[in-house]
Amino acid sequence: MDKKLKETILNPIFKGNPISVLVLGICSSLAVTVELKGAFVMALSVTIVTGLSSLVCSLIRKSIPNRVRIIIQLVVVALMVILVDQVLKAYAYGIDKQLSVYIGLIITNCIVMGRIEAYALSNKPWPSLLDGLSNGIGYGMILIVVAFFRELLGSGTLFGFRVIPECFYAAGYMNNGLVILPPMALILLGCIIWIQRSIQKDLQEK
Amino acid sequence: MELISLFVKSIFVDNMIFSYFLGMCSYLAVSKNVKTANGLGVAVIGVLLITLPVNYLLNKYVLMPGALSWLGEGFANVDLSFLAFIVFIAVIAAITQVVEMVVEKFAPTLYSSLGIYLPLIAVNCAILGGSLFMQQRDFANVGESAVYALGSGIGWWLAIVALAAIREKLSYSNVPAPLKGLGITFFTVGLMGIAFMAFMGISL
Repeated sequence: MDKKLKETILNPIFKGNPISVLVLGICSSLAVTVELKGAFVMALSVTIVTGLSSLVCSLIRKSIPNRVRIIIQLVVVALMVILVDQVLKAYAYGIDKQLSVYIGLIITNCIVMGRIEAYALSNKPWPSLLDGLSNGIGYGMILIVVAFFRELLGSGTLFGFRVIPECFYAAGYMNNGLVILPPMALILLGCIIWIQRSIQKDLQEK
Repeated sequence: MELISLFVKSIFVDNMIFSYFLGMCSYLAVSKNVKTANGLGVAVIGVLLITLPVNYLLNKYVLMPGALSWLGEGFANVDLSFLAFIVFIAVIAAITQVVEMVVEKFAPTLYSSLGIYLPLIAVNCAILGGSLFMQQRDFANVGESAVYALGSGIGWWLAIVALAAIREKLSYSNVPAPLKGLGITFFTVGLMGIAFMAFMGISL
């Protein structure tokens, strides 16, 4: 059991990463990666929402009628997202404004629904919570890697602090404005997938 | 004139896929051939066109701060906007269900060609995203929100059909093994996005 639990935690982070392997939850992941701060908050929110909604759905899994389960899942997820949104509005209003609709869009983030459908509905609450959390972390990791490169190359800062020294700019270095634009997020993600699949050959598609 | 500008803008400049990444999951999953991509695109246009005006009315007369004032003086200060997410998603799920039933009854061939994708529209980010953007942008009336829905739906449809056409051709080309499938699709979408950036400077 212990080993199985460990697998539940580690698998979504590397081998079965929700973004780069299962292609879930791309929708909201790319738009928030212009800056590390936003990406970090988004990763945290998604982790909390996936974990908690997996837990709740797993707790009530025996009393959900099969036919209406999608709607019930949606309501549970929406509830969690409202909680997260209200907390963010109260304590981090600036970031909440910056993330705009994407916090709300966690509701339709396929990772959340996907984990509930695939795992929480047929497993006990404790492993479901862990599964939800580690999927959130796997998602957040990709987000942070993409945001790291986009912020570093696009604005020369990390978490808003300047890391590329002024003398570079004086010597003619320029920020790459293209990286800030939305399409570059996709291309960077493509590069991550490229690297991951050259290392883990069994993931390659025919 | 303003409506036309909003319409064109929501198709090209504020394209759901290329500038907001909305509906990416089904966009990548269903774009393997043009025919199903076309079906899903049309379904998305339809569902957007129904849900957005409904959510607009709900937002205006139930959810916004002070929106309930038509009920009487005592309701003038009620602010239900924190309920927006749950109301919007419930409306979307319900309408998708209704659309599914109607399509099954009156157009069985379309229904069987869409298959599983019709119910999946309920969790398509583009639909909920449309409603949330509508809430953020404060449209003046139902007409504007309907035009926005039509425009962004067409934008989504255009994007998915274009990608499907490219992917059909891509299957004949020699792609490095680790990039096959998903990787090259991401690059393709990125390049298409850069092409769509050309519309960005246009002000109507």
